[in-house]
Amino acid sequence: MTTVRDYQAVMSRRREIMRDSVGIDYTQYARGALAFDYEMLLSDTGYDLDSVQRIQSHTAVGDTPLAALENLTALARTLALPGHGARIFVKDEAANPSGSFKDRRASISVHQAKRRGFAGVAAATSGNYGAAVASQAAKAGLRCIVVQEAVDSRGVAQPEIAEKTRACEAYGAEVIRLSVGPELFYVFLRVLEDTGFFNASLYSPYSIVGIETLGYELAEQMRERTGRLPDVVVTTHAGGGNVTGTARGLRKAGAHTTRMVAASVDLQGLHMASDRDFNRKSFTTGHTGFSIPFTTWPDRVDVPRNAARPLRYIDRFVTVTQGEVFYITQALAELEGLERGPAGNTALAAAFVIARELAEEQTVVVQETEYTGAGKHPLAQLNLARQLGIEVRRGDPRCSKPGSSIVVPTHPEQLAVTDVDLERIRRSYIRNALNTLAPGTVLTTDDMAFLAEETRSSIDAIQEMIDANRRTQ
Amino acid sequence: MSERIPAATLVEIRSVVLAPGMRAPAVPEDTQNVPLEMHVKGFLTHEAKVGEQAEVETPAGRQLVGTLVDAAPAYTHTFGPRIAELAQIGAELREILHKRRGST
Repeated sequence: MTTVRDYQAVMSRRREIMRDSVGIDYTQYARGALAFDYEMLLSDTGYDLDSVQRIQSHTAVGDTPLAALENLTALARTLALPGHGARIFVKDEAANPSGSFKDRRASISVHQAKRRGFAGVAAATSGNYGAAVASQAAKAGLRCIVVQEAVDSRGVAQPEIAEKTRACEAYGAEVIRLSVGPELFYVFLRVLEDTGFFNASLYSPYSIVGIETLGYELAEQMRERTGRLPDVVVTTHAGGGNVTGTARGLRKAGAHTTRMVAASVDLQGLHMASDRDFNRKSFTTGHTGFSIPFTTWPDRVDVPRNAARPLRYIDRFVTVTQGEVFYITQALAELEGLERGPAGNTALAAAFVIARELAEEQTVVVQETEYTGAGKHPLAQLNLARQLGIEVRRGDPRCSKPGSSIVVPTHPEQLAVTDVDLERIRRSYIRNALNTLAPGTVLTTDDMAFLAEETRSSIDAIQEMIDANRRTQ
Repeated sequence: MSERIPAATLVEIRSVVLAPGMRAPAVPEDTQNVPLEMHVKGFLTHEAKVGEQAEVETPAGRQLVGTLVDAAPAYTHTFGPRIAELAQIGAELREILHKRRGST
């Protein structure tokens, strides 16, 4: 019998394809119209912190150095009020085998695929995660397919993604390079159906438990280095996995009072599915084009329930501009001798600002770096931006406009963060959740408790948000 | 006329996954008007010419068919020329730190 492969037919089989390729029946976790048992989804993976550490140690993943950024700290103190300017540290995740913290995410997925006898793994990603899956698959002796959104309709490759193509191919993966569009998901489903490979989804529980070691290690290293837990941890925020896994790991290390700050590059105004806008973004991840939609509705991904649920963990959500991240990337190289990023330095740009708000005896930790190289570099991004007619200049970064101009600060005092209103994000989450329900659906007590947990709100606050949403319908 | 590329050569093929008009409904107009295209590298299973339909075996062991577009695919991404707007940052910051250290 021939299987129908057109768009509608394949998309209509998505649930079955996902169930078979991730090996999880998500329906068993449902607890209401909206609610599901999140903790059980994660614990049912069977991988606790110890076993994740063991698996990662076998493939040289994790146990990365924690660097004290003494010169950047001194610089921040020149701009701070007397007695202010927290010590800044960075977890040098570029030391992982494929050059980013994504190896942590990939390691458990690939381990699970191997254990369950899959012949290969597949991942839909244009970022570091592809190289991480390809690297882990190479070590495990599994085949690997990475599906990327890589070029615009004129065939112009986003330079950072071109580098990821090369890295994935260097590890022996098949790389499918697509032009712009969310139908990447359709191609990915076809790959999974064709091959029967394991879906190494960024959003499966395996991916999230793999990141928990990052938060745990960070807390232990800070205890050892400073005698206490960090006051603030800043994560570059896109799909939410980095925030979620790191925060969970911190809690497992007892860091219950550490504040989690999520930082994204502001790309407001650029459409994520637009062929024209594709190369007008100088950042391919860590930006608001992912972080806002994923924080306000995590379950928009390639698995039925996203194990990355950032709103449960974020204490503060800030944005920075493209020019500020390029500036701090250059500062990190020239003051600290660490050439890294650029996208991973989004959190660093925010941490540099936040350090000034804190007292000198406090600490702020940037929880990742990523490797850099041809294409994946401020020079490559700014040269492409110029070719596309985007203005690149020095000045006040607040005057930049994503897609039209990139403004590199003239002085470190110009670096600032813009706070994203978390109450607005919570309301947006509730609205998106309610929009998934069939008309007339009655929410159960479990649903209300779930929404409260998801948004860190009281049941009363949830009820108010639901009522307010009804009034605007 | 282009030459025949021998079997087992690593090449790049291209195919159209969704033609304009067949794109997903939620896609913005500029994207609706262009096809969803796919590029993949693999080893030719039979000799072929650039511009012809060709079959490759990918590194993952799949057989895929498309138009042979590149008989010697290269990685051309680079850094490009220096960017003046980044070139002075290090010196400026060292100067700030130097002044501060000199004054304490």
